[in-house]
Amino acid sequence: MSLVRRILELLERDARHTSQQIAAMLGEDENRVAAEIARLEKDKIILGRTTIINWEKAGDDGVTAMVEVKVTPEREVGFDAIANRICRFPEVRAVYLMSGSYDLAVVVHGKDLKDISTFISQKLATMDQVQSTTTHFVLKRYKQDGFIFDDKEMDRRLVVSP
Amino acid sequence: MIDGKKYLTNSIKSLPPSGIRRFFDLASHMEGVISLGVGEPDFVTPWHIREACFYSLEKGYTMYTANAGMIELREEIARYMHGWQNLSYDPETEILVTVGVSEAIDLAFRVLLEPGDEVLIPEPSYVSYVPGTIVAGGTPVILDTREEDEFRLTRDELARKITPRSKVLLLTYPNNPTGGIMGRDHLLDLVDIIVANDLIVISDEIYGELTYEGKHVSIATLPGMKERTIVMNGFSKAFAMTGWRVGYACGNRDIIGAMTKLHQYTILCAPIMSQMAAIEALRHGEAEMRRMVEDYDYRRRLILKGLKEIGLPSFEPRGAFYVFPSISVTGMSSMEFSEKLLQEEKVAVVPGNAFGRSGEGFIRCCYASSVDHIEQALERIGAFIARHRV
Ligand SMILES: Cc1ncc(COP(=O)(O)O)c(C=O)c1O
Repeated sequence: MSLVRRILELLERDARHTSQQIAAMLGEDENRVAAEIARLEKDKIILGRTTIINWEKAGDDGVTAMVEVKVTPEREVGFDAIANRICRFPEVRAVYLMSGSYDLAVVVHGKDLKDISTFISQKLATMDQVQSTTTHFVLKRYKQDGFIFDDKEMDRRLVVSP
Repeated sequence: MIDGKKYLTNSIKSLPPSGIRRFFDLASHMEGVISLGVGEPDFVTPWHIREACFYSLEKGYTMYTANAGMIELREEIARYMHGWQNLSYDPETEILVTVGVSEAIDLAFRVLLEPGDEVLIPEPSYVSYVPGTIVAGGTPVILDTREEDEFRLTRDELARKITPRSKVLLLTYPNNPTGGIMGRDHLLDLVDIIVANDLIVISDEIYGELTYEGKHVSIATLPGMKERTIVMNGFSKAFAMTGWRVGYACGNRDIIGAMTKLHQYTILCAPIMSQMAAIEALRHGEAEMRRMVEDYDYRRRLILKGLKEIGLPSFEPRGAFYVFPSISVTGMSSMEFSEKLLQEEKVAVVPGNAFGRSGEGFIRCCYASSVDHIEQALERIGAFIARHRV
């Protein structure tokens, strides 16, 4: 596996890793690792670093919906132009082009049901290329980005063993 | 009440209490301890292996198996040993599934040792070889290994300790507690002595897959060695399956046959659910195992560098998940160091002398722990060293 790939995998697992730590873990020169990371950021291979939060546990009762969107692709730009326009709304958390019975999967986050339905009926569904939308509200989250929300696994080892 | 002690055999009474036990009692009653004192993976068994076990239970696999273990499992072990070390064993007669390598070691001693037979045991090493030898009626003969040799057994030390009563040589590489390994050339250096003295080798290769920057070499692959080596391996370390209690021994059919006979009367068979899980591990567990090994390797480098920076350098361990630094900068004994470190900084490590006299002056640090824990532990050990450096 290449150095870059290893760096990316380590950062994907834990964004807090410093270039110093990564260099130690990979047995590489610290400056080289720092330079690679800077380049990855500049090239937008590393897009950003966030934290995975259990908002519900933090007392926030926001609402998330998965919206299936059927759109009319446009000449030259296909689905990209409309997808990029949808991306711009801050309510939109993720946008994927899908195979199958609809085209775009759009993840929308809002304070409550009304907030989301207003966004969909006034902003999303009214775009020219959008033919139809089907909205599915998220009822409960179990796992996100590799993290299990209510993980019962923990370190259960004895403190000292042979 | 009767005095139970008066009924006990002399050999059981003569066994020294485990050096780890006392330390465990101390550490387990403390709050907020960061432990580098464990001897097992920090991963939970990969899900697909656990899942295979549930599935087998759903289908009603709750009975005894063949004494030597399910034939499907022995076939998988044969296939694995062939793929891994290019060693061919007949699943019908040369492989025994045991309740961990622990049981395999005990069985081997009991079928091989007559009173007075000597077992050559390099130290520092895993704690059960000496007691196992004594209880089986044999005599342990300790071979010392040194840090300057990266705790490999040397030809000189082996030659020096051999007597006409020497019968078994025990080898554990990659090693617990040192993390030391023996490559092909180092093993080859011992072969003519082993053959000339007609020794049987018990090779505990439980950490074999946890070899970094290179591939593990089993001594059984060297010329003339397969017939006189019993290779022991298990699922505990490589597949993060310590609690399942399943391992195996491969080797000469007469010896494996004798071990199977004893196993049949004492254990009957390894638990079927663990055997089912072990089959899954060998069939589909390689990718997860590689991922875990890679993760240990990252942490190995991290802790090694960290220890060096705080003034506890160690040779580079290339196997298992332990680092074994010298604590000579403090002038303390291993026990004193470990107890003080626990009391003052709440970090648990294992005193090196728990693994034999040549471990005195060292501590075993296990890096199967999260990066956060390793770094916190290093910080605390660093503060401790700064205070106690002489
Ligand atoms: C060198 C060595 N051999 C054997 C064992 C025991 O293995 P098992 O879980 O297969 O009984 C251990 C456990 O720590 C070990 O370190």
